[in-house]
Amino acid sequence: MARFLARRLGGSVLVLLGLSMVTFVLARVIPSNPAALYIGPRARPDDIVRVMHQLGLDQPLPFQYLNYLGAVLRGDWGTSIGTKRPVLEEILGRLPASLELIFVAMLIAVPIGIGLGVFSARWRGGAPDLLVRIFSIVGVSMPAFWLALLLQIVFFRQLDLLPLTGRVDADLRFIAPITPLTGFFLFDSLVSGNLTAFVDAARHIVLPAVTLAAYPAGLIARMTRSSMLEVLDQDYIRTARAFGLRRRLIVYALGLRNALPPVVTVIGLTLAYALTGTFFVEIVFNWPGLGTFAVRSLLNVDYPAVMGITLLGAIGYVLINLAVDIVQAWIDPRVRLA
Amino acid sequence: MSSLTAPVPGRLAQWRAALSMDPLALAGLVVVVFLTIIAILGPAAAPYPEQGIGTANVAEAASAPGPTHLLGTDQLGRDVLSRIIVGTRSALGISVAVVALAIAIGVPLGAIAGYRRGRLDAVIMRSTDLALAFPPLLLAMAIVAALGPGLEHAAIALAISWWPWYARLARSTAVSLRERPFVEAARAIGVSDRRIILRHIIPNSLSPIIVQATVDVGTVILAAGSLAFIGLGARAPQADWGLMVAEGRTVILDQWWIPTFPGLAIFIAVLAFNLLGDGLRDRLDPRHRR
Amino acid sequence: MTEGPLLRVRDLAVEFGTGAAMTRPLDGISFEVGRGEVVGIVGETGCGKTLTGLSILGILPAGAVISRGSIDFDGVDLASLPSRELERIRGRRIAMVFQNPATALNPVFTIRTQIEHVVRRHLELSGRDIRDHVRETLVSVGLPETERVLRSYPHQLSGGMLQRAMIAMALSCGPELLIADEPTTALDVTIGAQVLDLLRRLQESRGFSVVFVTHDLGVVRTVTDRVVVLYAGRVAEEAPTTDLLRAPLHPYSEGLIGAVPRPDRRGRALAMIPGSVPTDPARIAGCVFVDRCPIVIDRCRVERPLVRPVGAADRLVACHLAGERTRRVDFGADPGPESSAAGGGAYL
Repeated sequence: MARFLARRLGGSVLVLLGLSMVTFVLARVIPSNPAALYIGPRARPDDIVRVMHQLGLDQPLPFQYLNYLGAVLRGDWGTSIGTKRPVLEEILGRLPASLELIFVAMLIAVPIGIGLGVFSARWRGGAPDLLVRIFSIVGVSMPAFWLALLLQIVFFRQLDLLPLTGRVDADLRFIAPITPLTGFFLFDSLVSGNLTAFVDAARHIVLPAVTLAAYPAGLIARMTRSSMLEVLDQDYIRTARAFGLRRRLIVYALGLRNALPPVVTVIGLTLAYALTGTFFVEIVFNWPGLGTFAVRSLLNVDYPAVMGITLLGAIGYVLINLAVDIVQAWIDPRVRLA
Repeated sequence: MSSLTAPVPGRLAQWRAALSMDPLALAGLVVVVFLTIIAILGPAAAPYPEQGIGTANVAEAASAPGPTHLLGTDQLGRDVLSRIIVGTRSALGISVAVVALAIAIGVPLGAIAGYRRGRLDAVIMRSTDLALAFPPLLLAMAIVAALGPGLEHAAIALAISWWPWYARLARSTAVSLRERPFVEAARAIGVSDRRIILRHIIPNSLSPIIVQATVDVGTVILAAGSLAFIGLGARAPQADWGLMVAEGRTVILDQWWIPTFPGLAIFIAVLAFNLLGDGLRDRLDPRHRR
Repeated sequence: MTEGPLLRVRDLAVEFGTGAAMTRPLDGISFEVGRGEVVGIVGETGCGKTLTGLSILGILPAGAVISRGSIDFDGVDLASLPSRELERIRGRRIAMVFQNPATALNPVFTIRTQIEHVVRRHLELSGRDIRDHVRETLVSVGLPETERVLRSYPHQLSGGMLQRAMIAMALSCGPELLIADEPTTALDVTIGAQVLDLLRRLQESRGFSVVFVTHDLGVVRTVTDRVVVLYAGRVAEEAPTTDLLRAPLHPYSEGLIGAVPRPDRRGRALAMIPGSVPTDPARIAGCVFVDRCPIVIDRCRVERPLVRPVGAADRLVACHLAGERTRRVDFGADPGPESSAAGGGAYL
């Protein structure tokens, strides 16, 4: 296991180096003149030369890349043109809001997706199977930003059950302010016994989380179903039946365990989807996370911020893949012991 | 004998059988054909072609769905149905163009990598790894940001971030095909690599590529819509589904129809391509046949 | 319920699919297995041997059903038993050993977990006792390094070890009947011989009955008391092993025996049965072996021969000509690889 981890970590580092090159190329090579962009539209030629020198843009590209890499490793991700604050600070400040949303969304999507997939495979060919297939294909076809609007119409405008936007009510900080510990409002309010805040945060997170969960739930259900169908055809399942094991045990404990590896891969994939999916959801629900910042930076051609976000997304995905491999090895001894 | 010629057994028959079987796939096909016809007709199919293209009609601004405007009008009084119909062409067109471009880049590279193996294979595959190491859409967003917003830029960005999937797909079939007797026979009698790839490898990898392309046309409609929604795709006054949802978003509580119906159009189109692709996959791709 | 045979299969038929696509891979199989008896079921691939074993346990593949007949096990008809009660018999009173232990055992669980699942299901043991029982079972099948084997996942063990573990699992709850489906086919010859030897010793010491499915007449000779020869889902012949091997009555049995290499016939070409098992025997009006039989008479084409006793009471055969001919049939020697490739000759 230790060797497996070492090898896998080495691979991750290489991928990260490659990714940093891609982000570097995107931000420094494609735009014609980053320095002009940095100063703004009223830049004078001598200003540009000065800034280019300041930013190291007059050096050969390999040097520029090494400088960039060194700065990134030191935690200097540049300064946002839009907010004039360090990019890393901006990102880290907003990360908890996005992570909380993604976490809750996956908490909804994974059990529903796996449950429906297993259920559907168990009743293969029947009405439940058809319903689950339709559910999963609807889930993966639904534009998140549109589903978000529909949910707002139904649950705010029509039923008036849930709040329209935001992470907490604006006046919550006067009634029952949340003591920040982790930045996860649900967690922070709960550990500090602030039930009012917890309920408020929970009510706010329902719609965005459901929106963000639709695609993952559909994709996970789909993969679980096809993986289960394949597993239930295997010899070892026949063996389990031949030895009189209970159907419940065979399907839900043995079969699911066998079917899990491709499902875990898809969960990783949907988690990566959620990293960008949250951008669209956050905009509609005015969620103060990474997404709103990212979209604003993208639209305003805020290069340092775009670079930072791209790099962060890539790092996130690398970590997800690493986690997937570790879980995979834990589930399947053939991976672990190879 | 039979093993020396490339096996392409009654593909037409397979397709026909494919579609007659699954009602969901059939429904997908019907919608896809319908959307294609609308895309070809363009403004001619719209009840108010002028408004569809973008002419404002302020007198009837933001009127609810009714007999004259079946799906209502937007803030500038333009008929929502007409805008959706006109937008079909760009939605499908962009999406088909992106997938075609991704195939044109990815399939030859993947086929060469899989057939030739060696260092070329390593270089091509490591670059696909890199492109696929970004979360979906993030690379495309960053590229659009670098190039500047706009429909064409969005299309280029999407194609750049999509080709690696096709390279991988083509490579995996090429790897298995290169060991097959008809390819080995061709190599043994001295047929050039270029010719083997063009005549044997690519034609025989088509089934999975067609399936993937069908699903992807839907996925790219969704992706392009998403880019447009955050302002990185089509720009006003173009009739674009994603852009229409974005424009109507602010009035969601009062004029719900303005963003709802264009979003529905995206959903239906994506759903149709997914259903069709799934049906084709069950039939054409032996690994998924059950 | 102590008298009579342990297992009595009567007129068993299994069907796949419905309507025009319906096939009947088993059609009217009858045989008995006495207490402590080892009965071989032989035939070529596709004759319904494995299916016979699976239908006794009621674990037919999806889409297949028992459409006719009964499977009387110690006074209970398994074919009509509710699945809940059948589950309690499977693995406890009737156990099965499969052809390929590498795929028949679950790759993601240790041997210990897999045997424990069975023991926990059928025996009223708890905690420590389960562990002890599992270990003892493994020791009793002669597996060395018991602890290591128990800790192992299937991919870490050799085929021979796996098959022994599989046998241990099958015997863990003390079954009265063991169905062994080609348990040595997937193994190396020497390992296969060891496993066979083990099975025979266990059977002799514990006295359970065995249904031994195989295509290998050498194996039949070593382990079985009696043999049922299946052809195209029907019984062709049934006889005590020594009688069958010495003097087969059905031309198909004769062909099978002739295709086995024997030291005393060294240098002579092997006989082989031309052609292959019909895929849809239900469409054939007369004897299902008619296409491949070298001694066909007109009656064979129109009338299906019934299984009937010929000579001794324990010799049953389904052939119109049985008992009336004295000469052995001549399939001719194997004419060489060319025609066998073209004709898809009998695989034995």
